[in-house]
Amino acid sequence: MAPAPVPSLVLVSGPEEILVDRAITSTLAEARAAGAEVIRLDAATYEAGALLMHASPSLFGGSKCLVVRDLHEASDELQLDLLALLADPAPDVSLVVTHGGGMKGKKVLDTMKRLGAHTVECPAIKTDRDKSDFVMKEFSSARRKITGEGVRALVEAVGKDVRELASASSQLIADTEGVVDDAVVDVYHGGKVEATGFRVADATVAGQQGEALRLLRHAIATGVDPVPIVAVLAAQLRQLIKVGSAGRGSSAQLARSLGMAPWQVDKARRSIGHWSAEGLAVAVQAVAAADFEVKGGGRDPVYAVERAILTITRARGAR
Amino acid sequence: MSVWRDVIGQEPTIETLSRAVVDDAAMTHAWLFTGPPGSGRSVAARAFAAALQCPQGGCGECHECRTALDGSHADVKVVATEGLSIKVEDTRALVQESAMRPSVGRWRVIIVEDADRLTERAADALLKALEEPTPRTVWMLCAPSLEDVIITIRSRSRHVRLRTPPVEAVAELLQRRDGIDAPMALYAARAAQSHVGLARRLARDEGARIRRRDVIAMATKIIGVGDAIGAAADLAQIADEESTASSAERDAAEKARLLETLGADPTARTQPPHVRAQVASLEKEQKTRATRHARDMIDRSLVDLTSVYRDALVLRLGSDVALVNPDAMDKVRALSGVLTAEQLLGAMDAINEARDRINANVPPLLALEAMALQLRLPRDLGF
Repeated sequence: MAPAPVPSLVLVSGPEEILVDRAITSTLAEARAAGAEVIRLDAATYEAGALLMHASPSLFGGSKCLVVRDLHEASDELQLDLLALLADPAPDVSLVVTHGGGMKGKKVLDTMKRLGAHTVECPAIKTDRDKSDFVMKEFSSARRKITGEGVRALVEAVGKDVRELASASSQLIADTEGVVDDAVVDVYHGGKVEATGFRVADATVAGQQGEALRLLRHAIATGVDPVPIVAVLAAQLRQLIKVGSAGRGSSAQLARSLGMAPWQVDKARRSIGHWSAEGLAVAVQAVAAADFEVKGGGRDPVYAVERAILTITRARGAR
Repeated sequence: MSVWRDVIGQEPTIETLSRAVVDDAAMTHAWLFTGPPGSGRSVAARAFAAALQCPQGGCGECHECRTALDGSHADVKVVATEGLSIKVEDTRALVQESAMRPSVGRWRVIIVEDADRLTERAADALLKALEEPTPRTVWMLCAPSLEDVIITIRSRSRHVRLRTPPVEAVAELLQRRDGIDAPMALYAARAAQSHVGLARRLARDEGARIRRRDVIAMATKIIGVGDAIGAAADLAQIADEESTASSAERDAAEKARLLETLGADPTARTQPPHVRAQVASLEKEQKTRATRHARDMIDRSLVDLTSVYRDALVLRLGSDVALVNPDAMDKVRALSGVLTAEQLLGAMDAINEARDRINANVPPLLALEAMALQLRLPRDLGF
């Protein structure tokens, strides 16, 4: 007997939780609209056979929609049951599966794709550009306009967590009228900056003393520990010195011989012109002293980092 | 022959300890051995343990003496750690054991080889047992200096201070015990600055000698900032390689043994969860061991590096003290010519600062970089 066409297979694949949630919500809304009964199954607490039990026709008829979340953490029983269901699909049952990435559950994934499942991709939103795109999409889907400055301000303020970014966007969409620009974002999220050790280090190496100190304060206030900040500073200075003493060559070549990424080489090359060898020496010593102090050698870790930043930014100017 | 034959250059200490063996009034239940690394703290402690167990008070020949000296005596427990610290759980087990009567010998002896690595809580757990000892239990703690153990342990134990043995005594020991020829023994003893274990390694291992020479050469090669960063990276890398080379084989053997004990299939691609957990905890232990080893290696290199500057200072001040590195005379002379006494002292300070920082968990590479930058020479010496 030829396999009956599966009425509805939806595969939500990708690690970005908020997109996964949205995909499920919209799919379930459709299913409910069609009068289907929604049954959720948790991969972590799954018991063998439950899937087939739910998939078997009920006495009262009607269609069903089975939602299986986190296939990437599924036990072998769940995978086997899913494969069995896919091989012999029950009528009037639609299946929604989410998979967060990784190799586990690959067989189920491939089978679903082969059977022509409707796939929703939920790629991770990591870089600032991804986040900006995400915000733009949020606004355009609500038929609202946001300026580039506004996007930047919003990502800077609440960009650490995509969920927070989404809720901040929807709040702005609901509360305001007209074009959203950075002034509007400031009204809601003014003065809040989610700084990371990398941004502190970037500003420090670029010699922006005030900016670096401001970012440091923000980073500490949002819960970043001084220890990783110092570690990032040390790593950045080390890259500067390596690139500075490596001489000429294409950045790809240098990257290979120095064990760095090409963009790191390019970045270091842009900064190195402002630094003298003596200045770098002073900077490295300041970082080493600060590292000792943030690990218990001094009384006030934040002060130690601040002082290191001051020393480094001053050393950059010195010729 | 006597149990004291390998405790070299410590005549006053040997006298104190042998009196304690024969005279009950001179004996006490807790001893704290201090002395610089390599001076033979644990050797002295073991010899004392052997003398206590021996019916003749330390003949060095009988079964009791021999087993006590190599740590296999039933009533002599030797505690040493290869990790970074001795944990409180381990100490509690020790305290339990200390409450038992000796089984075959006259005393139950517990030797803690690195009492300086007791964590604060671990040291606290010892206090009760140290203060109210079981009648025939003797504690022997070893540490580099009095300051390395908490004050409450210090006040509960009798202090035995070992001195740095003279170079000649160490060389003589190497010749007698390890059969090393005289010039090599003397070189090794001098280069190791009387650290017995280190001297033995230097004398026997060509690789160790080459590494030491490389470290010494570093002092004359750091001129620019790039050189300094490169030298720091070299130092860190030498230590890393050494540490992985010496542990890789042993780690693999330990893992194979663990899998065998658990009845797991070593060829399986993934192990069952309970085996995985055990393997993970073993690997964690191996990692702390590797960290400690790498740090010890760096520390040793830094001691070697200090010795060059120290020699240059001796030369500069014209004092009549034996040099550590007579084999690298050209480098020492060049350094003493180009740096003033203040600068030489500054260099030694920079090295010590790096050692302190590494002990305080600063990443070794960063600490070494900061140090190397301070060791830059005013001009190229042509090495």
